[in-house]
Amino acid sequence: MSTIAPMSATKIQLKFSLNNREVWVTSRPEERLSKVLREQLGLTGTKVGCDAGDCGACTVLLDHEPVCSCLVAIGQIENHSVTTVEGLKSRPPLFDRLQHSFLEHGAAQCGACTPGMLVSATALLEGSSSPSEAAVMDAIGGVLCRCTGYRKIIDAILDAASNSPRHKLTSDSAGSVGQRIVRLDGKKKVEGTEIFGADQIPPASLGLRVVRCPYDRAEFRLGDFADFLANHPGVESVFTWKDVPGEDCYGVIPRFADQPIFARSEARHRGEAVAALVGDPEVIEALDLSTFPVTWEELPAIKTIDEALADGAPLIHARRANNVLTGGRVLRGDVDKALAESDVVVADEFETGFVEHACIEPEAGFAVRIGDRIEIQACTQSPYMDRADIAKLLGIADEAVRIIPAAVGGGFGTKLDLSVQPFIALAAWRLKRPVRMVYSRVESMMATTKRHPARMRCRAGATKAGKLSALDFTADFNTGAYSSWGPTVAARVPVHASGPYFVPHYRAVTRAIHTNVVPAGAFRGFGVPQMAIAQEQLYDDLAIELGIDPLEFRILNALDDRTPTVTGQVMGEGVGIRACFEALRASWIASRAKTAAFNATTTGPIRRGVGVAGMWYGCGNTSLPNPSTVRIGLKPDGRIALHQGAVDIGQGSNTIVTQLCADAVRAPIDCFDLVSGDTSITPDCGKTSASRQTLVTGKAAYMAGTQLRAAVLKMAQASDEAVVAFGDSTLIIHDGAISRKCSLQDLPVDEYGYVITSEETFNPPTSALDENGQGNPYAVYGFGAHTAEISLDIELGTVKVLKVVAAHDVGRAINPTLIEGQIEGGVAQGLGMALMEEFFPGKGENLHDYLIPTAGDMPPVESILIEYPSPIGPLGAKGIGEQAVIPTAPAILNAIHNAIGIRIRRIPASPDRIRAAILASQANGVEHAR
Amino acid sequence: MLATRGGQILAGGTDFFPALGDRAVRGDVVDISSVGELRGITFDSNYITIGGLTTWAEIIKAPFPRCFEGLKAAAREIGGIQIQNRGTIAGNLCNASPAADSVPPLLALDTEVELISRHGTRRMALADFIVGNRKTLRQPDEILSRILIPRKVENASSTFLKLGARRYLVISIVMVAAVIQNDEAHRVSAARVSVGSCSAVAIRLAELEQALIGSPLTKGLSSLVRPEHLRNLSPIADLRATSIYRKDAAFHLVQRALNICARGA
Repeated sequence: MSTIAPMSATKIQLKFSLNNREVWVTSRPEERLSKVLREQLGLTGTKVGCDAGDCGACTVLLDHEPVCSCLVAIGQIENHSVTTVEGLKSRPPLFDRLQHSFLEHGAAQCGACTPGMLVSATALLEGSSSPSEAAVMDAIGGVLCRCTGYRKIIDAILDAASNSPRHKLTSDSAGSVGQRIVRLDGKKKVEGTEIFGADQIPPASLGLRVVRCPYDRAEFRLGDFADFLANHPGVESVFTWKDVPGEDCYGVIPRFADQPIFARSEARHRGEAVAALVGDPEVIEALDLSTFPVTWEELPAIKTIDEALADGAPLIHARRANNVLTGGRVLRGDVDKALAESDVVVADEFETGFVEHACIEPEAGFAVRIGDRIEIQACTQSPYMDRADIAKLLGIADEAVRIIPAAVGGGFGTKLDLSVQPFIALAAWRLKRPVRMVYSRVESMMATTKRHPARMRCRAGATKAGKLSALDFTADFNTGAYSSWGPTVAARVPVHASGPYFVPHYRAVTRAIHTNVVPAGAFRGFGVPQMAIAQEQLYDDLAIELGIDPLEFRILNALDDRTPTVTGQVMGEGVGIRACFEALRASWIASRAKTAAFNATTTGPIRRGVGVAGMWYGCGNTSLPNPSTVRIGLKPDGRIALHQGAVDIGQGSNTIVTQLCADAVRAPIDCFDLVSGDTSITPDCGKTSASRQTLVTGKAAYMAGTQLRAAVLKMAQASDEAVVAFGDSTLIIHDGAISRKCSLQDLPVDEYGYVITSEETFNPPTSALDENGQGNPYAVYGFGAHTAEISLDIELGTVKVLKVVAAHDVGRAINPTLIEGQIEGGVAQGLGMALMEEFFPGKGENLHDYLIPTAGDMPPVESILIEYPSPIGPLGAKGIGEQAVIPTAPAILNAIHNAIGIRIRRIPASPDRIRAAILASQANGVEHAR
Repeated sequence: MLATRGGQILAGGTDFFPALGDRAVRGDVVDISSVGELRGITFDSNYITIGGLTTWAEIIKAPFPRCFEGLKAAAREIGGIQIQNRGTIAGNLCNASPAADSVPPLLALDTEVELISRHGTRRMALADFIVGNRKTLRQPDEILSRILIPRKVENASSTFLKLGARRYLVISIVMVAAVIQNDEAHRVSAARVSVGSCSAVAIRLAELEQALIGSPLTKGLSSLVRPEHLRNLSPIADLRATSIYRKDAAFHLVQRALNICARGA
């Protein structure tokens, strides 16, 4: 037994084979392999998502077998061999095929899970040349993906195994819109070379950790830091609210800003920061935070909407009466009268819980002070908003703050809010040293925003003929301790609660309610997915009550170009919702018949069901300006620089915006050089949220491209029909029968270094809503509808989604592969929300208690792209990011009703909730029979 | 080292590291992962012996007799492939989670465990070894060296059913393992049925097992299951499910497990 290896705090030297090279490292033997790979050996292709074996992002091959490198101690691998994503390139031709296939299928979106997927797939394909789909699912079942919905990953692996002929990956001809262009940032993602928030460590940077409140609400007193610092060599500084030089109050909506970097004497939610500790990264990391001098006195906390609204409830913010942050409403017609006169009225209540974004990349970044400027490189969805808030917190000018967006490993709304940035900015500003921070998974789940829990009450009426007559909708949203995006949810939901239907009489009233829980913020859909769960189930009940097929009922009531919305907006053109429903009709009829036949003959515990749900969603801010400015420049080498400030969080804006710009310039994609959303070099394209980047930034890019082409033609004295060959320092212009050359080398360049610069701003035209919510809140809406086919085990209450058909009116499909990727990813999140996802503050702050769908949970998704061009969107295009997630959950819930005749009013429809509902319904049935 | 200074044992790391949460490793750690003697599977006339460091991936591939199908099925449900490649059988037992996937099938195999220390070795039934939620009889200076399965019911049909809220990487809400042996007359001659995640320690349903003996091994077997056979389960309510649900689901899963064994017999 001589090989037992005691481990202690002393470092050892050991060697192992890494990517076919022998390496020596010096480390504490119990250090995680993932950490040594990333931070000592610089191989940041291996991502860390959870440090607990729950996500598989850190998968490497250990002696040819996939393992989670976060669960392997470096001391355990002496003389073993390790292969990371960076080392896979030495395994051609298999890995070339895999990479190519991932790119071609759009299997990498944000790219944070991609290395783990590629390593797992390599192990599979090296052992089995033609695996089944089930074997592929088993192989990647241990790697979580939050973006893709897995189907494109599965297809890519199967395709790589089949060794089918490869297709060319990019287009080198003009006219790229509508083509399946491979994402322009894809290569870095499949090589593991993309730089995410945690992937860069500036030399000599300090580490930072935050002391957070362990209670839902607590008063606290900070103790003596001098003693603490003396006892903890290597800890250089402690920062608290006293150290914030500027106005210590931030928030994504300035009018509602209410959040301090650190609580002062009372923490309003579990996970709220009270202090930051900065110093030697190794010391900071090893620090036992429970030794920090702070004494807590737990206070009674408000956790629910009811507690917050109770008479005499303590106010979470003194200036917000009754703990109401704000509300929203839309009124049209006379809803009470219309309901009284309706032939059929249905009423119900629905409730949803907190949902966690569960981005595979936890929040991370670093800050560096350069003179009187601060630079922050971190993952973010909103660089210019970060800039404004950091400037305010530090008390410096906006221009003194530079935000360099790192690649974002999943955002879905949560990375619109500040996370690490205030801490690292403050510390780097004060200490004049680079400071880096990486959230742990626990910290990320504890302290970052969630989807709002909703409590919704609704009544809807219709005529005998099946026409919707009225909807009365009330919703309260639990918005947590700070405002975040609560006002946006409260404002957006009343505009959308009719669904994509003509509802002549309408009342929708919402409130965002403060509680002592982590702030609820933006999450793909800003409250509309919750709302659709209520509204689409209620309309299903109306259809059933009327004896009308649920799909035909929706077709009968669908909005069209001429009918007014509930805010009185008439689109005029581009309303494709009816076409979406009609596109589902054939498969719907077949599925309903098949399902009914199955249920009529089965003797086992399985029932089948099919459900449908529709959706509409306004692109961009609600009645507020949200411009994007795009700058493009013709460089002396004949290439075109595109300053693309729309942060690509995996959804594909780098590619979509370039495709639109390229079409306007009439140049091939290959001629473009993307310039990132760095605030020092690229104008403001607003935030990546509200499904606005294709519409707003895409349009600005198209306008800028059009202007650049005009300027080039003018310079070359060519006609509007001329064809310009870019990409070389001498442009070649073919104008009818004439060809001429235009040398750029000798021409003067402007302040940006460009021969010609073109800059355009687009702000979608909207109007303010009046006191009844009437007006034009959005310039463009996206429309869509899903059907979901399920099987349900009535003895166990488990649901398996068998198939989803998703029809979306995207106006113009700029890049069908990327759109399908959004749809499939949206379906996965909708499925998770419907069946398994609920976050309980203070419990289960990890990815094994909080469940998101795995590869084995995702059904095949058939995407049907409908193109009813918007007159405002670029080439008619509309948004798809949030639209994709909205109909899935209500379609699944309607399918559950179709299967067993029971409404699940509280989601997620977990096995125990479904089974309890079945037992309750059986008990009622027995009672009725008596 | 264990004997003199104590320390946490590190083997596959699949429980060791997650248990740290946000914290750094503290105290001494004893890495036993390269102790060759603790690895591997041997067959002798009385026992099949599995070394404590044997991984789930190795168990899935091993040429076990038929009655191990349930254990293999459980091994395939433990985490993902990454976890199966590292996680060890002794680690799963010593961690003693009420939701440890290997415990019900090992209980159904009448498994014994062997503990070694410098004072010698001792052996006990797995059912005696795990005494509570994350509590075992292992002393700090002991290592669970071997898992011993008596070769009594090798041709029995066996199964393992796991209920979770998603397909992969899921902690069990309820799990059931069954090993059913029949005689020449196709009647049940030995029955072992165990349920996990429904009590602090997975348990065998002794009354049910008694009730099954002598019954024809046909689909009707499941109709012998009575709610009172599950009375020793004491499931908790947690994030994953209510206690009522767990007990109800356990009943149905026990029935299904018996049906599967009957079908396979």
